[in-house]
Amino acid sequence: MVTIEFLGPIQKAPLTLEVTSLRDVAEALKNDSEMAQWLDSCAVAVNDTLVASLDTSLKSGDKVSLLPPVCGG
Amino acid sequence: MLELYDGALNVSEIITRWYAQEVDYNYGAYIPFIGTVREEDGIEGLSFDVYEPILSSWFDAWQAKVETLGAKLKMAHSRGDVLVHQSSYIAAVFSPKRRVALETIEKFVEDFKVSAPIWKYDLRGGQRLYAADRSTPILGAGILGEKQ
Repeated sequence: MVTIEFLGPIQKAPLTLEVTSLRDVAEALKNDSEMAQWLDSCAVAVNDTLVASLDTSLKSGDKVSLLPPVCGG
Repeated sequence: MLELYDGALNVSEIITRWYAQEVDYNYGAYIPFIGTVREEDGIEGLSFDVYEPILSSWFDAWQAKVETLGAKLKMAHSRGDVLVHQSSYIAAVFSPKRRVALETIEKFVEDFKVSAPIWKYDLRGGQRLYAADRSTPILGAGILGEKQ
């Protein structure tokens, strides 16, 4: 199982999904009405490293984090 | 050095301590940038969420980059609520000469604003409201929304 966590202002509890790539995560989240407003603006990290491709593979135990737009300072 | 605090920063303690830590290392320039919460649009303050693992790796990458210039960075940031006229952010650079310090502090603070995994909320009327209109997607964001 892969854990999906939602950071910052996304008010959503973590999910666990049976997936093998980020493409699968994208498919699952596109069917989630709570997430529609966030998908185009979130960065994605796998095990705390930012990634840039939906083809990133995932294995059981991985953590996927969604990072919405930021504003520190 | 990256320091995170719950609530407002103690500015004088932090910048004095950083100065004392580095004063014997022959740095000719020490430039602190101190961010203070402004009274604006009726807010009582700001509040922050910080995702520390990625913030730390972002900061470490910057530290490695400026080390090649002979410089050193320090940064402090708040978690949680910071009221108007308190400080939530201090970044500082030490370097042998002023030019590297001046250029580095600008680049570092500007990249911080668009890359550091920190989320800002306005405190208004007892509510904590995400500052969506002042926030910036991290470089590379949006892959989950791509057309399949």
